[in-house]
Amino acid sequence: MHKLMASAYKEFLLLIRDIGGIAILFIMPLVLIVTITLIQDSTFKTISDAKIPILIVNNDHGNVSETILNGLKDSNTFEIILKDTEEIAKDLVFKGEYQLAIIIPENLTSGLEQKVSQNVDGIIAKFGLEEETDSSSNTIIQSKEVKLYFDPATQITFKSSVKNGIDKMVSKIETQSIYKAFQEQITDDPTEAIFETENFITFKEILPKENNKELIPNSVQHNVPAWTLFAIFFIIVPLSINIVKEKSQGTFVRLRTNPVSYATVLGGKTLIYLVVCLIQFVLMLMIGVYLFPAIGLPTLDISGRLPLLFIVAIFAGLAAIGLGLLLGTIAKTQEQSAPFGATFVVILAALGGVWVPVFIMPKFMQTLSNISPMNWGLNAFYDVFLRHGSLLDILPEISLLFLFFIATTLIAIVYNEKKNTV
Amino acid sequence: MINIEHISKKYKNADNYSLSDLNLLIHEKEIFGLLGPNGAGKTTLISILCSLIKPTSGSFSIANLTYQKNKNQLKQLIGIVPQEYALYPSLTAFENLKYFGSMYGLKGKSLENDIHKHLEHLGLLAFAHKKIDTFSGGMKRRVNLIASILHNPKVLFLDEPTVGVDVQSKNVIIEFLQELNKNGTTIIYTSHHLNEAETFCSRVAIIDHGKLIIKGKPQELIDQSEGSHNLEDVFISLTGKALRDHA
Repeated sequence: MHKLMASAYKEFLLLIRDIGGIAILFIMPLVLIVTITLIQDSTFKTISDAKIPILIVNNDHGNVSETILNGLKDSNTFEIILKDTEEIAKDLVFKGEYQLAIIIPENLTSGLEQKVSQNVDGIIAKFGLEEETDSSSNTIIQSKEVKLYFDPATQITFKSSVKNGIDKMVSKIETQSIYKAFQEQITDDPTEAIFETENFITFKEILPKENNKELIPNSVQHNVPAWTLFAIFFIIVPLSINIVKEKSQGTFVRLRTNPVSYATVLGGKTLIYLVVCLIQFVLMLMIGVYLFPAIGLPTLDISGRLPLLFIVAIFAGLAAIGLGLLLGTIAKTQEQSAPFGATFVVILAALGGVWVPVFIMPKFMQTLSNISPMNWGLNAFYDVFLRHGSLLDILPEISLLFLFFIATTLIAIVYNEKKNTV
Repeated sequence: MINIEHISKKYKNADNYSLSDLNLLIHEKEIFGLLGPNGAGKTTLISILCSLIKPTSGSFSIANLTYQKNKNQLKQLIGIVPQEYALYPSLTAFENLKYFGSMYGLKGKSLENDIHKHLEHLGLLAFAHKKIDTFSGGMKRRVNLIASILHNPKVLFLDEPTVGVDVQSKNVIIEFLQELNKNGTTIIYTSHHLNEAETFCSRVAIIDHGKLIIKGKPQELIDQSEGSHNLEDVFISLTGKALRDHA
C-alpha cells in the first residue's frame, strides 16, 4: 500500500508540474462541451434565433403558393428570400450560397382548383346529384411539380425534413381544396360549415414524469453526458504519453529493477488519473448547471441523481484509464500513442453513439456499437439523466465498464511481462 | 557472490550472440570492472544480472539466490545505476529519491535523513529541492547514483557511471563508490575509461564479441601482456584497433 501511495503521489507531482498539460486536460473538454451544446441546441429548440435563408421562386401568385409561403414563414425555421427566375435560384444554390430553393410552378392554384373541381364533379355526377356534366370534366389537367434544389453539400437529414414538411403542407392544401369544392357543390351558403377540416387523428408525445412534472429532454441533457464521456476517454492520450515517457527517460528501467510490481506502478497512475476524470466530470456538471443558463442554454438537471452520476463517471473513468494503460504499455513512442489514442477515442465515440444515435446506424455498426465502452457509458448516463434509472438499471453497463478496465489492465501487465522477458 | 555459468544471449532477429558461453565468478566486496569495446556485451551482461532481460541459456546466482526462486529478495539485494539518468526531470532531486526509496519499502524520517546524508556527501544538498531538469550532467549522474543505493544494496551494478561528467564530478563519484565498497558493497561496473578502471577496480574482465577474453587484477594483466604499460595497452593488444561501429 505504501508503494502504491508513493506511486500515486509521484503521478500527482508529475501532473501538477505540467501546468500546460493540466490546462489542456481540464479546459479543452469544457470548451468542447460549450461549443457542441451551443451548436446542437438549435436542433432541440422549437424556436431558433438563427433562421436558414432559403430561396423561393413564386410562379403561381395564387392561394396555394401563398399558403406554402406562409407555412414556411410560420415554421420560424426559414428566412424567405424571393427570386424572379428558377435559373438564378438554381445557380445560387448549386454554388453553395443557399441551402435550398423552392420553385412553385405557374398556375398551381388554378390547376389544383380545376383538378379538385373535376374530381368532385365526377363524384357528384356518380351520385346523380348533377343533371348535366360540365364539358370541362373531360379535360386532362396536367399535374404540377414543386421543384426543390438543394446545395449538394446539404446533409441528408436536412433534405428529408424539408421534403417531409413540404409534402405535408401540400397534402393539407389539397385536402382543404377538396373539402372546399364539395362545400361549394353541396351548399350555396359559404358560411355553412359542412366539413370539419381539422385533423381527426392527432398525436401527443407522452413524456416521463417525476413528481407529476413532465421531464422534457433538452440539448444539455443529451450533450453533457455524451461529451463528458468523450472528454473522460480522452484521458488515454496523456496517460499513454506518461507511460511512454517513463520508458524513454529510463525511469521505467529503474522501476523494473526495484522490488515493485508493474501492477503497483499502474495502480498509482490509475488512482491519480481517476481523480482527474472525476474533476473533469465535476467541471462539466458545473458548466451545465451554472454556465449554460447564463448563456441562454437550458440548465442541466442533476437533482437527486448526483450519486448515480458519480458511479457512472467512476466506472467510465476506469474503462478509459484501462485503455490508456494498455496503449501506453504497447506503444513505443509518443508519436505512436498520441495520434492513435486521439483517433481511437473518436472512433469509440462514433461507435458509442456520441454523434449519431446507435438506432439509426447500419445493423453491422449497431453490433459493433455494443462492444464500445463509450456506448456502455453513454447508455448508463442516459439511464440516469433521461430515463431516471436506478442503480439496478445501470448495473449491466457499469459492470461491463469495470470488466473492460480489468481486462485492458491485465493485458497491459501480461504484455509488459512478456515483452520484458525477451 | 556472483556466479555466472555458461551464459549466452542472442537477441531476437540478431545474427550473432551478444554473449556466448560466459563463465565468471565475482567475489564479495570486490570492485569488478567489465571492460570491452562498444557492442562487446557488457550492458547485456549487466542487464541479465539485474533481471532486465533473460539469458538465452546458462544460469547465474547472486549470493546463492536466483530470480526464478527469490525475485523480490534479489531485487532488494542489488542496486543498479543505469547508463541513462533514469530520473523524473520535472521532480526535484529530493522527490525523485524519496520516490525510488519508497519503491524499496523505505519511508518516513529515516528515508529523508538518508537522502539528505547522501546528497550532502555528493555535494548536492543545496540543490535538493531543485528540479532535475535544471541539473548539469554531473549532478544528474550523482543523483542517479544515490537513487540506486538508498536501500544499502549488497551488490551495486554501474553501467558507465562516469560517462559525460567533468573531472570533479567523476572524482566525487569514484570516492563515493570506494567508500561504499569499504562498507561491504560489491561493485560491478562497466566503463570505457580504462585509466579509471585500472586504479578503481580490484579485478577486471575484458569481454569482446560476447566472449570473455581475459580476467584478473589490473596490474597482473599489465605484467602478463608483453609491451603493455597500462590497462589500455592490454585492452588494445587484446581487442585490436579496428572501429567497433554497429547499428
